[in-house]
Order: sequence, then C-alpha cells, then structure tokens
Amino acid sequence: MRNFELIVIGGGSAGLAAAIEARKQGIEDILVLEKESELGGILNQCIHNGFGLHSLKKEYSGPAYAQVYIDEFNQLQIPAYLNTTVIELSADRQVTFMSPEWGVETIQAKAIILAMGCRERTRGAVSIPGNRCTGVWTAGTAQKYLNIEGYLVGKRIFILGSGDIGLIMARRLTLAGAEVVGVAELMPYSNGLTRNLVQCLYDYDIPLYLSTTITAIHGKERVERITLTQVDETRQPIPSTSREIEVDTVLLSIGLIPENTLSTQAGIELDQRTKGAVVDQHYATQHEGYFACGNVLHVHDLVDYVSQEGQAAGRSAADYIKNGNGKGRNLSTQAGDNVSYVVPQKLILSATPELIQIKFRVKSVMKEAEVILRDQQGILQKIAKSHLAPAEMEMMYLSPKLLQQAQGSIIVEVREKHE
Amino acid sequence: MSEKEIICIVCPKGCHIQVTTDSDGITCKNYGCPRGKEYAIQEATMPKRMLTGTVTIKNAIHPRLPVMSDQPVAKEKLREMMDELDKITVEAPITVNQLIISNILDSGVNIVASRTMEVYHD
Repeated sequence: MRNFELIVIGGGSAGLAAAIEARKQGIEDILVLEKESELGGILNQCIHNGFGLHSLKKEYSGPAYAQVYIDEFNQLQIPAYLNTTVIELSADRQVTFMSPEWGVETIQAKAIILAMGCRERTRGAVSIPGNRCTGVWTAGTAQKYLNIEGYLVGKRIFILGSGDIGLIMARRLTLAGAEVVGVAELMPYSNGLTRNLVQCLYDYDIPLYLSTTITAIHGKERVERITLTQVDETRQPIPSTSREIEVDTVLLSIGLIPENTLSTQAGIELDQRTKGAVVDQHYATQHEGYFACGNVLHVHDLVDYVSQEGQAAGRSAADYIKNGNGKGRNLSTQAGDNVSYVVPQKLILSATPELIQIKFRVKSVMKEAEVILRDQQGILQKIAKSHLAPAEMEMMYLSPKLLQQAQGSIIVEVREKHE
Repeated sequence: MSEKEIICIVCPKGCHIQVTTDSDGITCKNYGCPRGKEYAIQEATMPKRMLTGTVTIKNAIHPRLPVMSDQPVAKEKLREMMDELDKITVEAPITVNQLIISNILDSGVNIVASRTMEVYHD
C-alpha cells in the first residue's frame, strides 16, 4: 500500500488553502483528491464578483479567486488526482478512491484533511406537494448549467428560499434573459447577505415574499404553475392566502448541508447543530489524525473564511505530522440562548497560549445586542454588537488568559440590550 | 427636488439612508458612517455595478469562459453589455485577466477573462 504524509479530500477553496499551507510548513508528501475534472470547487461556477474582500483585500469573481489559489498550488507542485472519488474512509486513515486514470486504490495517510464541502438541500428535504414534473432545480444546479455549460434552465422562474445562491441566481437569470417572477422566504427575514438583497433583487425589482412558501407545484410534463401561500408565526400555511402563479421553472435555494458521508464512515464524531465534525481550535476532529475545514465543517457565507480555515487546518495537520498531538487542559463550548451553533466545540489550553478564534451564528436578527461568554461560575467576557443576523457568521477572539480559570463548558449566548 | 431611500451595503448593518437632491445640492440623512454617506451619494447619482458573465470558448474544458469588467460600469448599461458578450467567441488558451473586449460600448471599460483556461481535448 502506498503511504502519504497528508491526504486532502477535496480540491475546492478549503482543500487548496490547506494543501498550500501544509506544503509551506514543510510537508513534502501531499496528495489532493478531487472528484471534479478541475480544482477550484464551487467557486468555478460562482462567476459573480464579491469574493476575497476580507482575505485578499481586493474584489474577485469566484473563478478569479480560485485562480489565485490554483496558481499558487501549481507553483508549489503539489500533486492532485482529478476525476477521483473517495469511496471509503477507514478509522485508521486508509483512503480508498476510484478514478478513470488511477483505477481503484487504497492508500494510507499519517494525516487527513476533510475538505469535501457541502451539498444543497433538495425538494425531498422540504416535501413540496404536487406533481413530479420537470423544471424543479436546486439553485446551484441551475447555476452550473448556466455558467459552466451555457444552458438557461427556464424562461419564467420562481425561486424558493432567499439564501445567497438563490439571490445571486435571480440576478444572473434576469441578465441572461429569463423573467424571475419572485422569491419566497419561509422566515420573516431574508437568509441572504444585505448586499445580495440590494444588488440582486431590488436592482431588478424582483419581489421578495417573506413568511411565504410554495405549497404546491403543478404541471404535467413541465412545471406550469405554483401555489404560493403565506405562513403564520409557527410557519404553518394560511390556506386563505393561497394564490397561483404561472411559471415554467422553480429554483430551490433552501439550505446547504455539510457533505459528511465519508466522515461518518470513518467514525468521526459530528455536531448535530453544524452537521459537521466536532473540532478543537486547531480544526482537529475527535478522531486522531483527522482534520476538517470549510463547508464540510460548517456552512460559510464568505469564501474568505473558508480559505482561512483551510490554512489553519493545513498548519495544524503539518504540526501533527511533525510533532504529534498537542496536549493541554480541555474545555468545551456550547451554544446558549439565541445562538444556533459554536465552532470549535472543543478548546485545548496549551502551554504556548495563542488567541482562540470562536465562530458562531445567531438564531434570529438582533439589534443592539451583547454576546456573553460564561462558564458555570459566571461571565467571562461581554462584547457589544449593534447588528447580528443568522445569515452572517460572527467571529470573536478569546485570550487564553481569560480561559485559565474557566471550568468545563464555555457557553456563548446573545441577549438584546434593554433600555 | 428628489428623494431616494438607499439601503447601504457597506457593512451588514444595512442602514436605510435618505438622500435628498435639490437646488442646494445633495443631502443625506440616517447614515451610520462616512463610507455609508459616500455610498448613498454614489447610488443616488450614478449607481455602478461590476459586470460578470460568460462568453463562448472553443477548445477548452468547458464551453463557457467567465469574464468580468475591469471596473464598475453604469448600472443602466448592464443589459446592453450582456448582449455584447453573447456576440463573442474566443479560443483557448486564455489566461486570467486577458483582455476579451476592449472599451465595451465606448464606456472606457474593458472586459477581461475571469480565469485561466488551457487547451483541452477530450
């Protein structure tokens, strides 16, 4: 069996950044496995701009952002197998892959970085009643057809879900000549970034229906009509508000799920909130030698932070290969009131203290709020935030000094400040 | 006199800024920071957007090459410029930032390749 020091599964933004950093940290023997025919992952089909403002300090399109990393990756001559799908992952870090060029092979790694990204939720995930006609697509699939292959999926389109991909596609389809009739969002607020609401919907007068959902899709061969219905506070449809709209296509932008089929197979512990692995601040999973970063760990709204996570995971994996596991006192984190999740879930207080980055999301839109960190004994830190939204991942940095006296679980909670 | 409400996109707060234009010039209300004020004035007077799209490419791994403008363009020109992209066919190899359309519709803006695409045969 062939041995590698580091295997990176996935050659998208997380995997590229991880492999590049590991090589820079002196790891020579790296292999990246990518299921698609080229590196870059989902960025290749995200041809719009707005990428890299945080990490590269300049605005790039998706492919251009990927190109920066691909060029560096190629310059470092890191090997990658393309068209290569990992079909099995074992607890002791054996990877079985399959590809037209390399056949089926099982290889052994000292360390593995999971960077498989995420997948879209489909019609089945939300059970929309009605006919099983053609013309219902996930927004990402429609994006791939249009931007990579050059096919427009429909002419009169309705979009369910106001996540960023749905908003981006509303603009893209409009500029490509289709009519986007509207976007419906089940929640009373949009799940997209403000800049996407403004530049993708308001710019083209595309209506956004909040607290509204599609309750039926009608059509014989192809989608012909949808039933649009408002929902109450408990998200139950209000039948008296139903109306029908003629469309030929429905796009679904109803959420993303980390792709952890392989991680589960290897026995890696997942967090039920993020649907990604449980990790410490070095992106090490609870399973020795396995690291996770990017959308396979938790779904991000900005690629900048995916690259940053990849880089951190690459550095940690290199350190693990050279020095083994870091030791220290263990703490865990926990999502408290109004917080939907916290990453990392575990903290290791080592002898060489450095700032610890904590990422979290809130459950609802909040103004003039404060983020409170506490353990069983009391409050450790308070930070004021004037605006928080579920669509925007929040970050904060903890000094290890602060955590020195802390015990057990660090709870992150958010409260609105009352006058 | 004209009045416009601009939703600021400079930061996630999303301030709703009132921009009033009259004989005395432009005044802004309800902005949270100087960058927001600047954005609101730009939006109210001459809104600009980056243009991104694709053109046909031959002998490459995919049939479309993503392209973008090298600077923001007037919002009202976007559709017309998209139609221009439909007229273009290029051939691989193409390098990222390579010029695809020079001075599109006499706007002074260039359209450049958004990625590298090597020659590719199945």
